[in-house]
Amino acid sequence: MPDPGIILAILVATLRAATPLVLAGLGELVTERSGVLNLGIEGMMLVGAAVGFMATVVTGNPALGMIAAMLAGAAMALVFGFLTLSLLANQVATGLALTIFGIGLSALLGVDYQSHPITGLATVISPHLSEASPAVQQLLLIDPLVMVAVVAPFLVHWYLTRARGGLVLRAVGESHDVAFALGYPVIRIRYFAVMFGGAMSGLAGSYLSLAYTPMWTENMVAGRGWIALALVVFSTWKPIMLALGALLFGFVTIAQFQVEALGIDIPPQLLATLPYLATIAVLVLISRDTTRTKLNAPAALGRSFHPST
Amino acid sequence: MTISRRTLLGSSLIAPALLRPAFAADPTKVAFVYVAPIGDAGWTFQHELGRRAMDAALGTAVKSSFVENVEEGADSERVIRQLATSGNQMIFTTSFGYMNPTLKVAQAFPKVHFAHATGYKRAANVSTYSARFYEGRYLAGVIAGRMSKSGVIGYVAAFPIPEVVQGINATLLGAQSVNPKATVKVVWTSSWFDPGKERAAADTLIAQGADFITHHTDSTAVAQAGEEKGVYTVGYNSDMSKYGPKTCLTAVTMVWDQYYINTVKAAIAGTWKSDDVWGGIGQGMVKLAKLNPAVPGNVAAEIATKTADIAAGKLHPFAGPITGQDGKIKVAAGASLADKDIAAMNWFVAGVQGKI
Repeated sequence: MPDPGIILAILVATLRAATPLVLAGLGELVTERSGVLNLGIEGMMLVGAAVGFMATVVTGNPALGMIAAMLAGAAMALVFGFLTLSLLANQVATGLALTIFGIGLSALLGVDYQSHPITGLATVISPHLSEASPAVQQLLLIDPLVMVAVVAPFLVHWYLTRARGGLVLRAVGESHDVAFALGYPVIRIRYFAVMFGGAMSGLAGSYLSLAYTPMWTENMVAGRGWIALALVVFSTWKPIMLALGALLFGFVTIAQFQVEALGIDIPPQLLATLPYLATIAVLVLISRDTTRTKLNAPAALGRSFHPST
Repeated sequence: MTISRRTLLGSSLIAPALLRPAFAADPTKVAFVYVAPIGDAGWTFQHELGRRAMDAALGTAVKSSFVENVEEGADSERVIRQLATSGNQMIFTTSFGYMNPTLKVAQAFPKVHFAHATGYKRAANVSTYSARFYEGRYLAGVIAGRMSKSGVIGYVAAFPIPEVVQGINATLLGAQSVNPKATVKVVWTSSWFDPGKERAAADTLIAQGADFITHHTDSTAVAQAGEEKGVYTVGYNSDMSKYGPKTCLTAVTMVWDQYYINTVKAAIAGTWKSDDVWGGIGQGMVKLAKLNPAVPGNVAAEIATKTADIAAGKLHPFAGPITGQDGKIKVAAGASLADKDIAAMNWFVAGVQGKI
């Protein structure tokens, strides 16, 4: 029987590992539900991580850091929106360019901040963290951003299925021509969705640089933006499924370490592939009904809209 | 050399710099290929420090450049070829995965000197160089053995390759030399650089009772995890004490300065030849960073003595008797492991909890 301390540690670690995926994934989900495919998540997360970290170092206040990260992510998304929504550039190419741009820009911005160690969010909130007993330590590691990641999927779900704004946003994503004919400002709604996606990616990035590993180093997002993107598709654009997928991915990643630390005899190469295999397997099961998946996919995803066409 | 049109065409494609008469004032062009961004700590950062030291020592005689964040594999071949084409006479490729690309490019540029870090394949114009990291690891292990209460050492490792395995074994042997009951728990991140994963791995080890953590990955995440949870750590590659002012006790660091200075000097003098350099504490290629004040004086003194012993060749980290994880004797009493066996190490010593 594993000791309850370890079970608690696994649960908390799973939540923490899933948090950036949930935050960035929800942002992308809303963006895609409005019919826009933004492949720039990784780049926006990196810029959010760098700017959030810099703002925290300068102001000493992680809350301001998070706000700055959201603004930075939204600003990156605004560039993407201007190119794809106003200038009708190809969304796939522009999104990829945004990622590459974000990698470079974050490295440039953060170059003087690499050697600034800061206090992690959990320790800022409870300064005596390192002296607490292990169980209390675990509970204190559930910081406000983790709580946001727990609540946000339900809010986004509610917004997309119950709120008027969310229903309009989905209508825009299903058929921009019809939505436009009904008198909805398609482009404006898409700008809103794209910038929401950017702000959430920025917030996810700041979780990494302020709470998860309180530091800034180049490329620290290490591919989580792409995993968030994959989760959106595999979850068939459903916020709660997305959160479950992220939790599963986080859990299997953590479980791998636990299994190794317990000394159970499984090759490490196999264990390292498990998070991907398990997530794919479960999400394929979720989305095995192709008709429903097609119904869920925003029909206008990735298509440019201009009132004259 | 007579310049026919053909050689002119050929060499203008390959190495325009070699065609120019070699004036004494012409600096020797030296290039470095880095696997990660330079940053302010880590494997690549140490190579960059070496490059800067070499620049400072040789002044106007060299003109050095670097390309950072070059992925191992096909992309690196393109970069190395580009550097060779643009007239560099000496190229250092600083990551294991550049081995085959380096050899391939070297074949096409027989007049350019190459040096590849941590590899094992050489050619007439390709040297290899590496450091005996395990000597520093052994000393870190002694500290772990003295400072850990539970005797359980956590080890966050990237990939099960000999260089990493040596470090894990040496750490445990160092720890067992002062605490025979010490054990090491290993978890694999399958990535040289992923701060998030390294952090999660360290948290896991701490949750499972490890009260001393070290790592063979590139970021400072492990030092930070230790600081946040009040667990002692030992850094790797660079001094990471600013990320763990209270808990990061030291770091096993690489110092390439002298190797780069000597190699480039030889290249300038025309005495360069392909060789294999594997330096350790004695040659100053591996050093322990300044000990944290949390390390008591008697332990610090013990470390100083053992450092001197290793440098003098009196203490060999892989001296027998060593029992493997499978219970078989790997090194007999009185013997010590030969270099070629260290370089190919693919087994754990008894007391390591983990699998290759």
